[in-house]
Amino acid sequence: MRRRALLGGLLALMGMSGASAQRPRVVAIAARRFAFLPGEVRLQAGVPVILEFTTADVVMGFSAPGLNLRADIVPGQVAQLAFTPQKTGAFEYLCDIFCGDGHEKMTGTIRVI
Amino acid sequence: MHASSRRTFLKMAGVGGVVFASRLAGAADAYAPAQDEFFFVQLSDTHWGYQGAANPDALVTLPKAVDAVNALDPQPDFIVFTGDLTHTTDDPAERRRRLSKFRELAGALKNRNVRFMPGEHDAALDRGEAYGELFGATHYTFEHKGVHFIALDNVSDPAARIGDEQLAWLKADLEKQPRATRIVVLTHRPLFPLYPQWDWATRDGDRALELLMPYRNVTVFYGHIHQEHHYKTAHIEHHSAKSLIFPLPAAGAVPKREPLKWDPAQPYRGLGFRQVEAEAQPVDYKITEFPVVAKA
Repeated sequence: MRRRALLGGLLALMGMSGASAQRPRVVAIAARRFAFLPGEVRLQAGVPVILEFTTADVVMGFSAPGLNLRADIVPGQVAQLAFTPQKTGAFEYLCDIFCGDGHEKMTGTIRVI
Repeated sequence: MHASSRRTFLKMAGVGGVVFASRLAGAADAYAPAQDEFFFVQLSDTHWGYQGAANPDALVTLPKAVDAVNALDPQPDFIVFTGDLTHTTDDPAERRRRLSKFRELAGALKNRNVRFMPGEHDAALDRGEAYGELFGATHYTFEHKGVHFIALDNVSDPAARIGDEQLAWLKADLEKQPRATRIVVLTHRPLFPLYPQWDWATRDGDRALELLMPYRNVTVFYGHIHQEHHYKTAHIEHHSAKSLIFPLPAAGAVPKREPLKWDPAQPYRGLGFRQVEAEAQPVDYKITEFPVVAKA
């Protein structure tokens, strides 16, 4: 009991609670015809993250098949995907909702280190 | 035995084609009721309206292919275009102009029995509206000499779904077919997840394949990936066709899905069309690939 209180005090002194220490990093990804910004996202294995998506023009799809992640991105809304990458490597992502001439170039990479 | 080892590749001397013999030897019942043998021609991904370095001869590639099909003797029973007839455009009027011009060019085919279906470039931006005005239904069935053909639309939904409504239509159609029926599915995207990293998939293609699974003689011919590819899911064979605008690299062979560069020393390399000979006893589809040749 005393040890838990000490730990809580120590975290408070360090300016973070147990909950905030676990708070996932938020990475914003903006889609527009015909690109994702950023085109490359670096993540750390084992560290929780929230990917936050917006689109500037039309409905888009975010898909990273190698990480089993996908989301619809609707204008005026923020789409979120929360996950903890487990395996390291480079994982391609793409728009999987056809959006025009240039759709095929709408790709990016998540690098998990 | 692995599926590929049952297949044989033969060079056809003097014809310019390459034969791919594909036998449904893995099927429990490779024999279907006896019917006439016949052949049809598949053309795909003509992308009329494309302008770019990957094909500086875009204006003559489709006419050359039409001439080559017209030169076939004997003529096929019918001809099918498996989507991406035109290259996409945001402008609805231009989309209709491209589809109209494509129809005019395809109208030069001697054989008047031509079947069309859309690709995402034709139909995804307006959910098939312009395509429907000029070519009619985006999914349909037809019978030919004992084979039940099913044209499936996995492109009018920009999210690459066949959709509940069309899947219900497919289910109802299949329920009318005996299990030994020879079924050929014509579609644009692969029904199996060939390479989702490059959007080479149909989001709900597994549901269509599940409906087709009880039928012993099913073969799928499709386009979209701009190259030949032969694959089996259980006993169902899937054969993609070459494009008539530019070839794409093999799945995952390079980091980006970009057209292969045009080679002036070998114009039209990687482009072509195919004829498919349908044989009934045993059920077999012999594919002969034809190149687009530089000479008129």
